[in-house]
Amino acid sequence: MKLEVAVTKRFGAFALDAAFTAESDRLGIFGESGSGKSTLVGLLAGTVTPDAGSIHLDGDCLFRSENHINLPPERRRIAMVFQDPHLFPHMNVRGNLLYGYKRCAFKNRRIDLESLVQILKLEGLLERGVNNLSGGEQQRVAIGRAILSNPRLLIMDEPLSALDDELKFQIIPYLTSVCDAFGIPFVFISHSLLEMRLMADRVIVMEKGGVADQATPEQLALKRMGRSQVGYINLLRLKNPRQVDGLNAYRWGGGELLLTAGTTRQEALFELSSRDIILFKRHPEAISARNLLKCRVAAAFEVGNRTGLELECGGERLVAEVARQAADELGIREGGEVFAAVKASAFRKLG
Amino acid sequence: MVSFSPADYSAIYLSLKVGVTATFLSLPFGYVAAYLLTFKEFRGKIVLDGVVNLPLVLPPVVVGYLLLLLLGVNGWLGHLLNAAGIRIIFTWRAAVISSAVVGFPLLVRSIRVGMEGIDARLIQASRTLGAEWYDTLVTIILPLSFKGIVAGSSLMFARSLGEFGATIIVAGNIPGVTRTIPLAIYDYAGAPGGDAMALALCLVSVVISLAVLILHESLGVRLARRDRP
Repeated sequence: MKLEVAVTKRFGAFALDAAFTAESDRLGIFGESGSGKSTLVGLLAGTVTPDAGSIHLDGDCLFRSENHINLPPERRRIAMVFQDPHLFPHMNVRGNLLYGYKRCAFKNRRIDLESLVQILKLEGLLERGVNNLSGGEQQRVAIGRAILSNPRLLIMDEPLSALDDELKFQIIPYLTSVCDAFGIPFVFISHSLLEMRLMADRVIVMEKGGVADQATPEQLALKRMGRSQVGYINLLRLKNPRQVDGLNAYRWGGGELLLTAGTTRQEALFELSSRDIILFKRHPEAISARNLLKCRVAAAFEVGNRTGLELECGGERLVAEVARQAADELGIREGGEVFAAVKASAFRKLG
Repeated sequence: MVSFSPADYSAIYLSLKVGVTATFLSLPFGYVAAYLLTFKEFRGKIVLDGVVNLPLVLPPVVVGYLLLLLLGVNGWLGHLLNAAGIRIIFTWRAAVISSAVVGFPLLVRSIRVGMEGIDARLIQASRTLGAEWYDTLVTIILPLSFKGIVAGSSLMFARSLGEFGATIIVAGNIPGVTRTIPLAIYDYAGAPGGDAMALALCLVSVVISLAVLILHESLGVRLARRDRP
């Protein structure tokens, strides 16, 4: 999906002036509240009209002020998922799901109800009223309703912000799997860097009504490392745990990681802060930390008054940070070897 | 015990007929006006808002007199209608029109309250799902503002049952033709020995109004239940 945007829009004291070209099927728009993300979403979907400029999606013109082209929302085939589900309260689940499908031209109908219901696990809910579904179920129906309209682009405007942490990480796999399964490109809007890293592979950074940066989520996370209270968050997707003396052992990077946090599920996501990794120049004989990993320094970079290190460890990657003097004493150089120690309790389960 | 004369029965019947006709006739216009005032931005919106609400603040007699000027044989609309062979003034149709005009602001206000309660995101969602504006109007806005429509209709019907000032000017007070319950009560109250009949017709008014209120309430309850299946 290729999105070319160059628009201006003024609302009282707030002015949006955004121009970017992005090519990605998993595009993120990242920024704090008030940065103009939601206005941009409205301009893309056609619910807000720009003052001037143009918007092109895959070469097709959606808006162009010079030629007075402004495709109405119903003809853009851009579906939306909002922060709140916004289901139609007077229809049951089936009625909601099929609302967009019934209005989609026959030639564009690729996705049908049965396969969608299967992926989103909505069996048994179809005849229910939408007001007595749980929050997670409602958001799944909202996603299904958008997907079933067979859009050429799906816009998700903070779809996870209203959900608690546990629910959030339950919904993410649905979002990614349903878009992958049906090949629907999406624009994902959020103020959470973590969500960006889980959902997008290209990110537009919005600040004060303008585009401040365009990068991959990883580049963005590394750039923001110095500003963050918790350093860089390493994300580890770990599978098939084994019980070892009350700890959970997961295979990772050619060895095993020992964690106190655990889950009964087969696969889980864990976070590890760059600040919770201690580095040794040589192998220490005995330490209390349960994980000692032999790593190669792939890159070293400045993060404020600290040194950030990208470590390569049995084919996996970890980011650590140490004080600058520590880096000097350790003799850190790219390509050199270090030992990283991580306490079993430093890993936090995300979902 | 009082017994109603055929003229009294025809007053009751006429009141019901005028109320029902005025309500159903106004509904589509009231709905469109409420839609425009709630969802659309356009030049002259303030003027439309003012015109719609004017009968609410004007004395009904003034409304009646303006209607008489408009619809009378020499009025510009009455002139045209007369040429087409349609007579309005001093027929039951005039009673319908005065009731419709006087009750219209109440109808529009209630529907607007219903429409304003609809989350704008629901409307956006329906548009991005491929619905044209008229499709959204029928499938989302209409069902979700239905409570407002019911409330507005019952208010309007009740108002038209009580319509007096405008009706007496445009439709007159012709027994069996344009004499509705309020006009009949006015006649009885002014005539010697008419107290009992006036009171009896008042009672009929109360019963009809209560019936409308109860119908409205029970519909409201049923609608609320439907929203939470």
